[in-house]
Amino acid sequence: MSATTTKIPTPGSPAVGSSPSGGRLYWAIADMWTMTKRNLIGYTRVPEAVFFSSVQPIMFVLLFRYVFGGAIPTPGYHYVQFLMPGIFVQTVAFGSIGTSIGLAEDLQKGLIERFRALPMSRWAVLAGRTTADLFRNLFVMALMTAVGYAVGYRIGTNVGEYLAGILLLLLFAYALSWGFAFVGLSAPNSETAQLMSFPVLFPLTFASSAFVPLQTMPGWLQGFAKHQPVSVVCNAARDLMSGLPKPDLVFPPFTSIVSNGPMNSTVFWAIVWSLGILAVLAPVSVRRYRRRAF
Amino acid sequence: MTLAIELEDLHKTFGHTVRALDGVSFSVEPGTIFGLLGPNGAGKTTAVRILTTVLEPDSGVARVLGHDVTSEPGVVRSLIGLAGQFAAVDENLTGAENLSMVGRLNHMSKTQLKERSSSLLEQFGLTDAANRPTKTYSGGMRRRLDVAASLVAHPRVLFLDEPTTGLDPASRVDVWTMIESLVAEGTTVLLTTQYLEEADRLAEHLVVINHGKVIAAGTPATLKANMGVTVLDLGLEDERTALRAAEALRTVNEKAPLVYGRTVEVNVNDGPRIVTEALRILEAEGIAPTTLALREPSLDDVFLSLTGHRAEAELAEGVESLPGPGGHRQRHRRGRN
Repeated sequence: MSATTTKIPTPGSPAVGSSPSGGRLYWAIADMWTMTKRNLIGYTRVPEAVFFSSVQPIMFVLLFRYVFGGAIPTPGYHYVQFLMPGIFVQTVAFGSIGTSIGLAEDLQKGLIERFRALPMSRWAVLAGRTTADLFRNLFVMALMTAVGYAVGYRIGTNVGEYLAGILLLLLFAYALSWGFAFVGLSAPNSETAQLMSFPVLFPLTFASSAFVPLQTMPGWLQGFAKHQPVSVVCNAARDLMSGLPKPDLVFPPFTSIVSNGPMNSTVFWAIVWSLGILAVLAPVSVRRYRRRAF
Repeated sequence: MTLAIELEDLHKTFGHTVRALDGVSFSVEPGTIFGLLGPNGAGKTTAVRILTTVLEPDSGVARVLGHDVTSEPGVVRSLIGLAGQFAAVDENLTGAENLSMVGRLNHMSKTQLKERSSSLLEQFGLTDAANRPTKTYSGGMRRRLDVAASLVAHPRVLFLDEPTTGLDPASRVDVWTMIESLVAEGTTVLLTTQYLEEADRLAEHLVVINHGKVIAAGTPATLKANMGVTVLDLGLEDERTALRAAEALRTVNEKAPLVYGRTVEVNVNDGPRIVTEALRILEAEGIAPTTLALREPSLDDVFLSLTGHRAEAELAEGVESLPGPGGHRQRHRRGRN
């Protein structure tokens, strides 16, 4: 070691562990941002991964738009207007598997062990990962908007409501990411993390109003499909983006709570679901992060 | 003076049956290199993880520079550096970015960090590779970067969990030299290893653990003195001959020879003299060994000498004979010192 680096600070010196400027919250945010940047840099170093993860949702668009779509009746409007908001929700939902894979990899490579021995915020590793995934979803939504336009989807409301719809999808995706962080931290390795995520996501996305109107499902399935979060968010996204009539209304109209409000009931409940998932699963995942024995 | 590391009767059980630590106690003087030896599964990594606040102990006390790891984990984290069992580097980041990330998470300022990072990269011979993603690094380079990352925040106590496992001999010597220079500057180093050679070269004091218990403690010299400086391996024609040979060789050394199938092992203090003597005795008995080797004792031999079992064999037996969750906990017992 060179002579210039031989100085060893005493505990509590500004170099290590304490805060040269700002308090706990400042450092919690700084740590989170350090972790977010680290994950975002990771995406730019492996652009192939981001590219090929967009291929699957595009395939789903083509599959449902041109193969199955003709057989799915949506009276009064074109199926593509029904489909695209559903595809958006499915895309961000499946994208949240990325959160679980990323954290499982960090565990496998010993990075979580390193992070747990650092004087950093206990939330930052998960918050950094989910925030980076939020940025990735923003990119994916921009891409899917272009894909939607290419296959004939047109905004049925106005640009403002469409963007509000995207914000809602990002909120939902962010909440799901925190949930899948738990899966990633519970899996023995990243391959298993992916396999463990699937049984949760498959029924949520396919037994939902994402691709078909719920009326075609058997009664017992409709009960689940109507109330589960993916359907609720799909309906809300459809309201905001396509401006469709609301065949699957379950909850009392939000407009009856706030009269003449710009939002309707589905949007309200989609937000409630997202915040609820976040409020429950974020602390559970952080607890898992702190307690995970290797 | 405050001890750098203190463990008192530390217990940690995983699930209900795996007793990773079963009453471990030892202490480390500041500014020294301390070796924690043991076979795979002995509990070395668990001890390091508890000391670095990564895991919480079930019972017992662990202190780093006087700070309890359970009640003051934040203070402990700001005083230590950890290079875990895997080279924990983000392979999408460059070497410099990895160091910068760890530095930022240690709450160092950017200017401090820039200087520190480039001097560490230079010290570890990574300056040329600093701006390459670490997925292009060799195993040795990753390990060096990993150790560099553990040093970014000038830790006062450094934990190295098997720092040279999987390294080629040249890189191993590099890591050794680096550890020695750190201690010269006043850092305390605790390293775990499976290699007696490594502990012998680096550690002033060491403990040997097995099944989560300390089975020996002392300096490398005292441990070796306990078991002889060299090992004479003799291969015989068949098992009967091996037993006969062992019986005949009883007189060459204080310690009785050990027999494994067709192999006879003798721990000796004066290798060359005993080789000639052993061969003379065997010749008188009409026994001709098929192979003969004189070697340095391995960790396995230390275990053999301490426990009378091969490390692996004992490990397998130990798992079966572990008492159930309600079983009483044995207090640890210091080995010979």
